[in-house]
This record gives sequence, C-alpha cells and structure tokens, in this order.
Amino acid sequence: MHALEIRHLTKAYKNGVVALKGIDLTVDEGDFFALLGPNGAGKSTTIGIISSLVNKTGGTVRVYGVDMDTHLEEAKSFIGLVPQEINFSQFETVLDIVVNQAGFYGVKRPLALARAEKYLGKLGLWEKRNHRSRTLSGGMKRRLMIARAMLHEPRLLILDEPTAGVDIELRRSLWDFLREMNAAGTTIILTTHYLEEAESLCRNIAIIDKGVIIENTTMKRLLAQLNVETFILDLRQPLAAVPEIDRFALHRIDETTLSVDISKDRSVNELFARLSALGIEVASMRNKANRLEELFVRLLAENGPSAAATRVAPGATRP
Amino acid sequence: MRRYRYLIAFVTILLKEVTRFMRIWLQTILPPAITMTLYFVIFGHLIGPRIGEMGGFLYIQYIAPGLIMMSVITNAYANVVSSFFGAKFQKHIEEMLVAPIPNWVIVSGYVCGGVARGVIVGIVVTLVALFFTDLHMHSFWITAAVVLLTSILFSLGGLVNGIFARSFDDVTIIPTFVLTPLTYLGGVFYSIELLPRFWQRVSLANPILYMVNGFRYGILGVSDIDVATALFVLAVCSAALFGVCLALLNRGVGIRT
Repeated sequence: MHALEIRHLTKAYKNGVVALKGIDLTVDEGDFFALLGPNGAGKSTTIGIISSLVNKTGGTVRVYGVDMDTHLEEAKSFIGLVPQEINFSQFETVLDIVVNQAGFYGVKRPLALARAEKYLGKLGLWEKRNHRSRTLSGGMKRRLMIARAMLHEPRLLILDEPTAGVDIELRRSLWDFLREMNAAGTTIILTTHYLEEAESLCRNIAIIDKGVIIENTTMKRLLAQLNVETFILDLRQPLAAVPEIDRFALHRIDETTLSVDISKDRSVNELFARLSALGIEVASMRNKANRLEELFVRLLAENGPSAAATRVAPGATRP
Repeated sequence: MRRYRYLIAFVTILLKEVTRFMRIWLQTILPPAITMTLYFVIFGHLIGPRIGEMGGFLYIQYIAPGLIMMSVITNAYANVVSSFFGAKFQKHIEEMLVAPIPNWVIVSGYVCGGVARGVIVGIVVTLVALFFTDLHMHSFWITAAVVLLTSILFSLGGLVNGIFARSFDDVTIIPTFVLTPLTYLGGVFYSIELLPRFWQRVSLANPILYMVNGFRYGILGVSDIDVATALFVLAVCSAALFGVCLALLNRGVGIRT
C-alpha cells in the first residue's frame, strides 16, 4: 500500500512563482524516504500541501489511499508533521504543548499523558515537562516538535529539516529515534540539507529542483550511479611537485595534501602501490565529500546552469 | 466517535484559551476592574450626584449596567483577536490547522474562550459595582442571554479581526477607532432620549445600543429600546458573523498560503 501518492501536483503562488510543476511521487508504507533539493526547490511547498497548510493549485494527494480533496480530516489523521520552523507557543509548558496537540487529534487526556511520558522520555525531555518552551535550548525545541508530532501516533511522519542547527551528538540520537519509529512501522518522509543524514537513514529518495522531480529511485541505485569518487590524501612528507600516475588524476591542495579522482574501474590498492613505488607515504585518507552530496551536486548541475551556479547543498564541496 | 473526537478538540481549544488569559490575569482580569473602579468613583460618586436621576434611577445605578457591558464587550473582543493573531504570529495556529478538526470547532473553541473571559470580567466588574451601589436583578434570564449573546458576537468580531490582521497595529485599529466610539455612543452614560430626534434615529444603527439597553433592562427593568428586538438583533448578528468566520477559515484567508 502507498502511504503517500501524489499525482500532477502543481502550485502557483499569487506573485507568479510556480513552485511545483506537476510532480508525481509515491511513498510506500513503511518506507524511510528522503525528499531532497536545494533551497526554493519546492520541498516545503510539497510538505505544506500534504499537511494542508498550503492550498494546491492542481493535482491530487492521497494519504493511505484517502483523497485529501474529499476526505481531508481522515487523511490528516494519518499524518504527523515536524515543520522546519519552530511553531509552538513560547509561553506554554512542554507538557501542555504535547498534550494539547493530542487533544486536537481527539486523543483522550489520560492516554495523551501516558504518550507524553513515553515520547518526551524517549527524546530526553520528560524532566523539562513543566518548563516553559521558550526556556528550552534549540536542540530541545527540535526534539519537542518531534515528540509533539508523535502524540497521536501517526502512520506517516513528515520531518522538514528536523536536525537543522542541531549538534552532531544530538543529531545521531535523533537518527536512532527515527530508525526506531520506522522499525515500529511508521512511514517517514525526511527533507534535509545534511545529505549524510539522508544516506544513512533513507531507503528511497527523490530529488526535486525548480518544482520538478529530477530523480526518484532507491538510495542504492542512486549511489551506484557515482562513477568517480574524489579522495583526499594526507602525506607524511611534503611534496615539491605533483606526481604523475597513469589513470589517476592527482591534484595538489598544499604541500602535504593531494586530492585524487578514482573511477569505478580502478582500485585504491592500485593507487597506494603506485604511490609507494614513488616513495610517497600516505598518512590518512578521506572522502572529499559525501557520496550522495557528489551525486546531488551533479544532478542539479545537469538540471540547469542556474542550479549548478548558485546552489550547493550546505556542507557539500564542489568537485 | 467522530463527534466525541470533535468534543475533545473543542474542550482542548477552550481550556488552552482559558489557561492563556488566566495565566496573564494581570493583563486581562485586573485592568478592567481598576478602570471600572475609576469610572464609578469619577462618574458615579463625584459627577453623578450633580446629574441627579436618569431613567428613574440614581446616575451611578443607571451607568452601572452599561459599564459592565462595556467590559464584557472589550474583553471578549480583545481575547479572541489577541489570541488568534498571537497564534498566527508565533505560527502555533498550525498545530490546529494540521489536525483533523473542522473549522466550526476551531471557531467555537475560540469564541467560547472569548465568552469565558467576557463573563469572568463581567462578574468581577459587577462585584466592583456592588461595592459602590446597590443593584437588584430585574430578570436573570434576560441578563444572562444578553451577556452571552453579546460576548459571542464580539468574540466573533475579534476572530474576524484576528483572521485579517497582519500586524499588531491591525489588532488595535478596530478596538480603538470603531469599538470604543460605538461603545461610548451606545448609551452607556446616557439615555438616548436626551438626544435630538435625528441623533436618536442614528443611534438605533449602533448595535452596542441594543446590548447596553438589553442588559440594563435585565438589571434595572428600564430600556430605550424593545428587549425582544435587542435579543433578536444580537442573535441574527451572531449567526451571520459565525457564518462569515467559517467562510473565511474555509477559504484559508489569513492562515493558509
């Protein structure tokens, strides 16, 4: 069964901006799905329409087979939304925020309190339940929005950049939580600018750019498209000149650092053997950029010069 | 099952609203009590004895129902407009918009929140009035009906204002430039019989005149206008404004992109 089925979805704003140009998208039940794209690509508009915060111009959206045009309330009841921007009252307590949200979904108060303890506990906020939300740190506010979205135990959880501005330790703990929810049967749609996050968590992926889906496949298939990977080599001794090695493109970054492009038909062992033969010792090696980032940048570049010239995912390095 | 879910959602909105204005009682409950105390001291005790009787009652007794009604009107209106605009401004209105709640439940929840504040402030101001003068209720049911319908009507008015408001200025424009003049010209401090015939007729177009006089009749048993007409006008205006609020929310005005 499809958790989400979008057909020919279009959105034109009053100022003339066409945010979505007839996108089709399908997310299967139980999936962990990444919706990626540069800023202004149409990700948040798509999520806004699914969560009924944005009026669509055309097309259809079905959630677990339920058409949002004809059975809006039923479709909404399946969805939990974690928006990009903080959107809870700054004057209410943590507990009030999550219990009220459950109430809006018709969850009885005793059940809402039990679930509040469960999800606030899992996300490390139970001790803060009586604190006003404005006193929370940025990371806690992000976690509060996730807990709030879980109170009615949605079948489809949509997270719009849930880890933006969150430190790496907390980000990884949120990943664990999301993996646990997905393993328990919750379908998850994630948008993020941290492509490492999408690569680590998601099984399927769609890339949207300028209101059009330019790629929609499994993460494995997408990564398999990567023919060349760029590595950074840290050398023990400084080099006066860049060595020339057949079939390996080496570039000098500084006197003790090289970058090298290795195509799929070559191996790292071969490179090391050739370097060793020249008396060059490699102290350490790392990917220049995350594999998905390299593909992401390439796909955007292929989709049009404006995207390639002006938009690079934060954290990505141009090849 | 669906109705029960709606009931839970409605009660949640109502409790959220009541909790909000009770949490900030220094800004919501106390100021009308102080303002009305000043009105009773100045207009009732200092100026009132020089005016003498009005409508067969002491001046302080005559203005007391109008002052109570003025508090009910301004507080019911202010509660909904500030709460709804605040929810839009902080974006937590989205908590309701993404949930499976029909818009009539959202309107009802906010309006009942406004009614709750209007009634609580009305009771507080009545207690203040009793400190300065004796008030005997002529008809409890008419008094209750007028207070309820008035606070519903002005809560709905506050909601319309909140829906269209884009800035804090928009929240204060209507109360300052429309509500306050209409209230002062709605017979709070005088009987319209004191006005020339032309201005008496103009006054009949002011909806607040019907509320103040309806409430005055419930308390004192005197009124410039027919009480049944007052209740009818209030009920029709409330129903019409409820429809307007619902239509605006259904179209997503001010809340959806």
